[in-house]
Amino acid sequence: MTSISKLVAAAVLAAALAVPASAEDGKVADYKLPNGVELVVIPDHRAPVVTHMIWYKVGAADEVAGHSGLAHFLEHLMFKGTAKHPAGEFSKVVARMGGQENAFTTSDYTGYFQRVPSADLKTVMAFEADRMTGLQLTDEVVLPEREVILEEQNQRIGNNPRARLSEQISAALYLNSPYGRPVIGWRHEMEQLTRDDAIGFYRRFYGPNNAVVVIAGDVAPEAALKLAEDTYGKVAPRASIPPRERPREPKPIAARSLTLADPRVEMPIIERDYLVPSFHTAKPGQSEALEVLAHILGSGSNSRLYRALVVDKKIAVAAGAWYESSALDDTKFGVYGSPREGVTLPQLESAIDAAIAEVAGKGITAEELDRTRTRLIADAVYAHDNQASMARWYGSALTTGATVKDVENWPDRIRKVTAADVQDAARQWLEKQRSVTGYLIKDTSPQAERRS
Amino acid sequence: MTRHLTSLALAALVCLVLASAAQAVTIEKIVSPSGIHGWLVRETATPLVALNYAFHGGSSQDEADKAGTANLAADLLDEGAGDLDSATFHRRIENHAIEMSFQVGRDYFHGSLRTLNDHRDEAFGLLGMALTKPRFDADAIERVRGQVLAVLRRETTNPNNLASRSWWHTAFPNHPYGHEARGSLETVPQIGAADLRDYVRRAFARDGLTISIVGDIDARTAGELIDRAFAGLPAKSDLKTIPAATPQGIGRRIVINLDVPQAVVTFGGNGIERDDPDFMAGYIVNHILGGGSFSSRLYREVREKRGLAYGVSDSLVWFRRAAVVLGGTATRADRTADALDIIEKETKRMADNGPTAEELAAAKSYLKGAYALSLDSSSKIAAQLTQIQLDNLGADYIERRGKLIDSVTIDDARRVAKRLYGGGMLVTVAGKPKGLASSGTAN
Repeated sequence: MTSISKLVAAAVLAAALAVPASAEDGKVADYKLPNGVELVVIPDHRAPVVTHMIWYKVGAADEVAGHSGLAHFLEHLMFKGTAKHPAGEFSKVVARMGGQENAFTTSDYTGYFQRVPSADLKTVMAFEADRMTGLQLTDEVVLPEREVILEEQNQRIGNNPRARLSEQISAALYLNSPYGRPVIGWRHEMEQLTRDDAIGFYRRFYGPNNAVVVIAGDVAPEAALKLAEDTYGKVAPRASIPPRERPREPKPIAARSLTLADPRVEMPIIERDYLVPSFHTAKPGQSEALEVLAHILGSGSNSRLYRALVVDKKIAVAAGAWYESSALDDTKFGVYGSPREGVTLPQLESAIDAAIAEVAGKGITAEELDRTRTRLIADAVYAHDNQASMARWYGSALTTGATVKDVENWPDRIRKVTAADVQDAARQWLEKQRSVTGYLIKDTSPQAERRS
Repeated sequence: MTRHLTSLALAALVCLVLASAAQAVTIEKIVSPSGIHGWLVRETATPLVALNYAFHGGSSQDEADKAGTANLAADLLDEGAGDLDSATFHRRIENHAIEMSFQVGRDYFHGSLRTLNDHRDEAFGLLGMALTKPRFDADAIERVRGQVLAVLRRETTNPNNLASRSWWHTAFPNHPYGHEARGSLETVPQIGAADLRDYVRRAFARDGLTISIVGDIDARTAGELIDRAFAGLPAKSDLKTIPAATPQGIGRRIVINLDVPQAVVTFGGNGIERDDPDFMAGYIVNHILGGGSFSSRLYREVREKRGLAYGVSDSLVWFRRAAVVLGGTATRADRTADALDIIEKETKRMADNGPTAEELAAAKSYLKGAYALSLDSSSKIAAQLTQIQLDNLGADYIERRGKLIDSVTIDDARRVAKRLYGGGMLVTVAGKPKGLASSGTAN
């Protein structure tokens, strides 16, 4: 998932630091069509190509319990054709253009994109508008695709012990929020998903009044607006789209821990995830402070965790921290480490605890704060160099409760983060009872031997 | 001053217009004051400079019993240089928001650098230190070696790595292309500081250097920056010659037993050299069989129709002294044999009949249009220019490429399909595929 730091800054940066090639470059336009489609245009005329994305405000967290994996399954099935265009035609047309296409699903949103020559923008918009409400599904295409998502589950999770650990930690961390469900789904439920499930979900959530269109690249905002009116603008809104109110987390009161033993583990890992506010659920300034904290604690070779565990104490081969700020509901702040040979996971855990306690107790230095702000703001300038990243950042912000203005104001808010804010964030949010600590260890039991 | 003027005088302008594109990528061939050549694209839209460069001599320069030497050197270049220790060097990089990375392939050492305009002198200066005065301090070597070994150990139970390593070992036995750039659990512990210094001395030189810069700078400034980073290098490299090789083990199937829910398959055979007149025909045919889009034959047959895998693809991979066609997929244990059967059938069908005229036209259209997507950011353009230079394609390649694609006939496509896919494949599988065993013999 995208970090809001990059996300946001993007637009502003041009204003703050850059000399745009044309007056229009870097100025983001934001429109709302009468039928509810939101359109965001990010002009970048360096190459004659555009990145066209449509984001639906629906994800795995909007599934009905017992049907995990449905949002992602539907994403796959969206390529199976409509009344107007049979299966494969859209992809064939995109390929003829020399375009790239794909789609993705998270807990909060589902996105589809095409990267094509700018002259072909209208064509892909027309196709995308058509499948907004025109999808047609038969068991003939649905059933093989269900096998595909089961193979995807194997590839992403089943074959990967590290991913299995993260899945278990999330399931334990969220006591009430649907974020505890894996986006890909639980296998026993994925195996039961049907055509009717998919169509039902589609009719409930897909429509112009639940969509954000983001276009980055070689197009003028007014021209993009006209194209959107001629395509998406013609689709009738869906009456059924429910408000996005998911069960919220209670106040966490117990530190939890779990151990996943797998015979394939050759590199043990400790990962601890804390329940923390997202940009959307945080009070002003909190999310930005968490962003700076994650960077100082665990991003790169200068970070606290890397220096303490890998360089100074020499007890780890890897260590770091991260924060997922773009989420509609309360989200995760993670710390992790992998021990050197001969070091145990509890030893590593104590050292991680000590590094966190030091930030919470003594705070951070002015140099750390400066370096982090410089780095976060520069990330945004670099982001500006890539139209696809820009589109993705705006899209993920707008589907997780942020506005274009939030995105544009972000660098100013980051500049306002003080050392005291960062220390407070560590004190307030990195409390053990807010967390689940997971150990990934090698399973050396005889059963494991027999299985292999 | 005079030298600056000289270099400016030498700068040649080549204007290249992307096929059917409103914009132009204009490549300037520049020469630095000290005489180092490079390609520059001026890009004023973003306030940054992106550098991409390469030295001849990648992991194929490693001694067999010290495989991983070039890679370890690359991992250590930002761990201290000149009078800056590791911590100071890293701080200088981050304080200026510089992005510096190094990567080792079989034939080349690749580097990239991205910096805001304001910090470009610092960025190129630090790069120069890293390349000409790496410290290779003992504690840094041990720390980074430990990290490399931890990852290599983890990979001993990862099906993707096992299938891939087995393929390369079998295809290129006793040849430097057969070993992973990162080396192995046996070889990495053997590498000493002297080996790292020796690699740097032999490979980092001005005669084996390729440079591409994209950014908001003129030729003169670019030349000065080039010198800041590269003028301190020795004039001549000292590389060992790599013998030509063709992949071995064709017709063999190797199964590596591993308890995972999904078997991972690597398949491939002899490829086509980049300077072969039939390269473009091969590139197109491969795209039709198993290229990255949602329209390839393998994608349709293996994924769309039967749901046997999430992904399946193959691609042409070329080196200076060998070329292969290499593909992969991952399928559940009880259907692995079916998936392999389909891949083999489709490959044979392509070898026997080639593509249809319609497929050929669609592939040409895709490959021509898609090129612009690889040129839409400064970093991507810089990387593309380096590849064009390494492949000796000439500064007009971006312009010529469309015509090269168009000139491939259906007869070319059929002939090259037979050549690429008619010779059989080496297949490696990691997992517990039902009813599938190793077959064929080592030669």
